[in-house]
Amino acid sequence: MSLDQLYQQIILDHSKARHGSGLAETAAPDGASTGQSHQLNPVCGDEVTLRVAVDHGTVTQLAWDGAGCSISMASASVLSELAEGMTVDELRSVIGNFREVLRSRGKIPADPEILGDAAAFEGVARYAARVKCAMISWVAAEDALNQAA
Amino acid sequence: MAVVSTPTTLTRALSAMDNAEVLRIRNDFPVLNQTVNGRPLIYLDSGATSQNPLSVIEAEQEFYEQRNAAVHRGAHHLAVEATEVFEDARQTVADFVGAAYEEIVWTSNATEGLNVISYALSNAALWAAQGRGDARLRDLALGPGDEIVVTEMEHHANLIPWQELAYRTGATLRHIPLDDAGVLRMDEAAEIVGERTRLLAFTHASNVLGTINPVSDLVTLARRAGALVVLDACQSAPHLALDVKQLDVDFAVFSGHKMLGPTGVGVLYGKQELLDVLPPVQTGGSMITTVTMERAEYLPAPQRFEAGTQKISQAVALAAAVNYLTETGIDRVHRWESGLGQRMVAGLEAIDGIRVLGPAAGQDRIGLAAFDVAGVHAHDVGQFLDARGIAVRVGHHCAQPLHRRLGLTATTRASAYLYNTTDDVDEFLDAVSGVRAYFRA
Repeated sequence: MSLDQLYQQIILDHSKARHGSGLAETAAPDGASTGQSHQLNPVCGDEVTLRVAVDHGTVTQLAWDGAGCSISMASASVLSELAEGMTVDELRSVIGNFREVLRSRGKIPADPEILGDAAAFEGVARYAARVKCAMISWVAAEDALNQAA
Repeated sequence: MAVVSTPTTLTRALSAMDNAEVLRIRNDFPVLNQTVNGRPLIYLDSGATSQNPLSVIEAEQEFYEQRNAAVHRGAHHLAVEATEVFEDARQTVADFVGAAYEEIVWTSNATEGLNVISYALSNAALWAAQGRGDARLRDLALGPGDEIVVTEMEHHANLIPWQELAYRTGATLRHIPLDDAGVLRMDEAAEIVGERTRLLAFTHASNVLGTINPVSDLVTLARRAGALVVLDACQSAPHLALDVKQLDVDFAVFSGHKMLGPTGVGVLYGKQELLDVLPPVQTGGSMITTVTMERAEYLPAPQRFEAGTQKISQAVALAAAVNYLTETGIDRVHRWESGLGQRMVAGLEAIDGIRVLGPAAGQDRIGLAAFDVAGVHAHDVGQFLDARGIAVRVGHHCAQPLHRRLGLTATTRASAYLYNTTDDVDEFLDAVSGVRAYFRA
């Protein structure tokens, strides 16, 4: 697999223009219940703090701050864009699908119908060492949802 | 064992290594003869683990094919032969670092060696408190009010065992700080290492900065304070002539797998008068003289610290690795690698947006360079290089406090060994020069 298949344009774009980044400066919407999670990958120092706001079963905001490699930062950005407007159950199901694809070592193809832009991370599944990079914000989101719901 | 100077070794001692010799050396390393992502493998991660020459692989195989038996027991032919090669290996390693045979203890790796010292010292405190052992042992017991000193550049393996020793004994852990360039603050060291200091542990050569620390200055401070000295020789023993007696350290540790040997074997050097007095850490078979149902008497070192069946084939293979280094000439290896290190640093400093950690070009360093690429995470740098068949290490290199001190979380490290050519370094530099553009930094 070539480097360009791993680092697809969508990933490079999102790693630079980070959607939902700026948690510290972003207020949670009034009336929403929130959950927050901090995740750290001790191997490389990737770090994400992520907050979800849920209003009547719908994710109204996913804001985060983080530091790390382009894969981890882009995946948080894509997740934020994808999550807003989904129901909690929908988001949980998408997170489950994302995890399944990434842990499949390339055996399960990503379905853009389900994952949207996150399908671009399909190539990461081939690099066991990078799966955690792509997953870190999604694990944080799962944890935050449990607290908000 | 006497060192015999043949005309060949004399000539070799005088002549510098060159790329032609390195290419011949490379033929001895089967794993290096492969392509990765369609490119010839360029292995620049020997600081993490080195590769094995055929002679090392064959030594381990030959042991299993011809001599495999339990050592130090059994009167049969194989047991005698296995014991002989196992103990010959100890002598080979002892000669390599200027130690006496009895002062070389096999461990699983350098980390275990440091933990053995740490636990032997807290056991000394326990024994002393119970009236076990003699006055020499009571002298080694640490307690509240005593201080253990490390440096801010240590690998976690030479930090955490001392944190835990301090916790177990009530002693206080202090550290010698670094300046902004990553050099030990020797002015502060002279203040910190004082009459309360009982132990000073530091690395000979930094696995991140590449710095070679001023061992004799630090040993002088420790001696003035009456403190023990522990030397982490993981990045020095494989790459330069190490003489533990000349350095006058009390303990030194290194790993087999970083010096062309197999994984699973490391070395703990300790002065005999210390090893023979310290309590054992693991107890059981092979390390006792008399055992009753109530108590046991222990053998002197090295068996005192080698409970249970040892890593026999690995020790034998490590001796083959040491022989390989000796035959090539460790001083020649050191000079060649220093040149590669200088080439790396000079090349990296010339690339826009690269910050090299540790000594600048022209200053002494071992054959490695860790660096930060502005706007690109180390993981991405490593992935980019891997796509060109270049293997480097990324992350904090088990030195989080050092990275934090330098305002970084992760860096990329290239580390060379005797099988790397200047072309390897140039290929690596060429690849690094393309990183920032690819990631739009």
